[in-house]
Amino acid sequence: MLKGTNNTFVNHILPWLVPAIFIGIWQVLGQVGFISQNFLPTPLSVVEGAIRLGESGELFDYIFVSTGRALLGFLIGGIIGFVFGLINGTFFIFEKLFDTSIQMIRTIPHLALIPLVIIWYGIGEEAKIFLVALGVAFPIYLNTFHGIKNVDKGLLEMGKVYRLKPFQLFTNIMLPGALPSILVGVRYALGIMWMSLIVAETIGSDSGIGYMATSAREFVQMDIVILSIVLYALLGKLSDFLATLLERRWLQWHPNFFKNKKQSKQKLKGEHRSVGSRN
Amino acid sequence: MSGVEINIKQLDKSFGTLQVLHNIDFHVKSGEFVAIVGKSGCGKSTLLRTLAGLENITAGEITFNDRVVKGVQETTRMMFQDARLLPWKDVITNVKVGTPNRDKAEEALNNVGLSDKRNDWPAVLSGGQKQRVSLARALAGDPELILFDEPLGALDALTRIEMQELIEKLWTNQRFTSILVTHDVSEAVILADRVVLIEDGGIALDVKIDLPRPRKKDMKFTEYENMILEKIMHK
Repeated sequence: MLKGTNNTFVNHILPWLVPAIFIGIWQVLGQVGFISQNFLPTPLSVVEGAIRLGESGELFDYIFVSTGRALLGFLIGGIIGFVFGLINGTFFIFEKLFDTSIQMIRTIPHLALIPLVIIWYGIGEEAKIFLVALGVAFPIYLNTFHGIKNVDKGLLEMGKVYRLKPFQLFTNIMLPGALPSILVGVRYALGIMWMSLIVAETIGSDSGIGYMATSAREFVQMDIVILSIVLYALLGKLSDFLATLLERRWLQWHPNFFKNKKQSKQKLKGEHRSVGSRN
Repeated sequence: MSGVEINIKQLDKSFGTLQVLHNIDFHVKSGEFVAIVGKSGCGKSTLLRTLAGLENITAGEITFNDRVVKGVQETTRMMFQDARLLPWKDVITNVKVGTPNRDKAEEALNNVGLSDKRNDWPAVLSGGQKQRVSLARALAGDPELILFDEPLGALDALTRIEMQELIEKLWTNQRFTSILVTHDVSEAVILADRVVLIEDGGIALDVKIDLPRPRKKDMKFTEYENMILEKIMHK
């Protein structure tokens, strides 16, 4: 009953059914006047607002600026979390030195630093990138650290008997062994990334999607306020989708992602076995 | 390529205050197949791991071809109870862990009869196939010594017989020195030139199996088997 299927309808259409019905009902309720346009504009007027902003080019500037901030913050925070996770997971002495401090800082909600960050950086770029990086670093750190720690000891011993050099041990055993856990951290961090950015942009900014929402609020442009919320949802979904693509590519060996491997191997060999035949 | 000659002199091994192996003197000829049997916790696996260089010895010395050795040796390979294949590498890449030479890896995989699985992930293989890949990985580097740490313990009875035949065939062809740790006395008598019983950290029995290969489970076979079993069970 809970098994996977190759049915296109179930795989690709069914997940979108609930959002589609939701939007449909929303449109109807708005159009008949059950929901006031001043309270909540209809989906169509949100789309019109998007087209209006899109024609002037503002919309794409804002999306571009926000995405840039998100990615830069993610890159900085991700690298810091990854490197610390790696060295603390690998070397006991570094774990002793750093882990307690990192765990202490981790318990502070990073958005609580906003007043401090505004005093430091005003509403400049640094403030937003700092908050995103800070929020992203911890989930990546934790998952990298635990991934490395939980690498199969038997495989490491095997590597020792086969006299793999430290670098080979790292690239052939430790990193791939930790990768599933690291990718869980990445997906989680992507959520934190957008959340941190939304808050930072809403509180103080002169560009980006958050700025678009706050300035629309001042002019009571309800459609644009809704549009910015929808944009965040779409960007969040898009980044999660990209992360699952990475998982499928890098974890092909994992039984969870097998279907993919069989397809690619078949293409490689030029065989024409049907994909479903072995499922 | 030939098997390594091993000499163990007055070997002691302790973990803290617990003495696991005491005053072991033991000689293995080049190309010999020795089986080590004993009850759980008797120290047989520890002895194997000291030979692999995975455990330091507390006292005594180990020589390979009259050379004192310490740590993991390049010509030594080990097979574990679990196959320990890298799940993220396909079969042939796993075999290549044992050798940088592509052709040797293909040949080793061919020798264990799994060439057609070369592009598969380890996760799709059966337990017996995984151990065959693991055996190919061990053989690919032309080892002079293979240490078997109960590699057939987790396999079903039929697969185990197949694996025993395969190991015997490859050993006969390539003549690497073999040391097999097992708790299956019958398996020890099938494969080994000599069966050594370890008890309370020392050698309690060292018997040459004087039977032609491939071995049949006849009267003489059963005599050896019973003799060793009785010694283990103190009857």
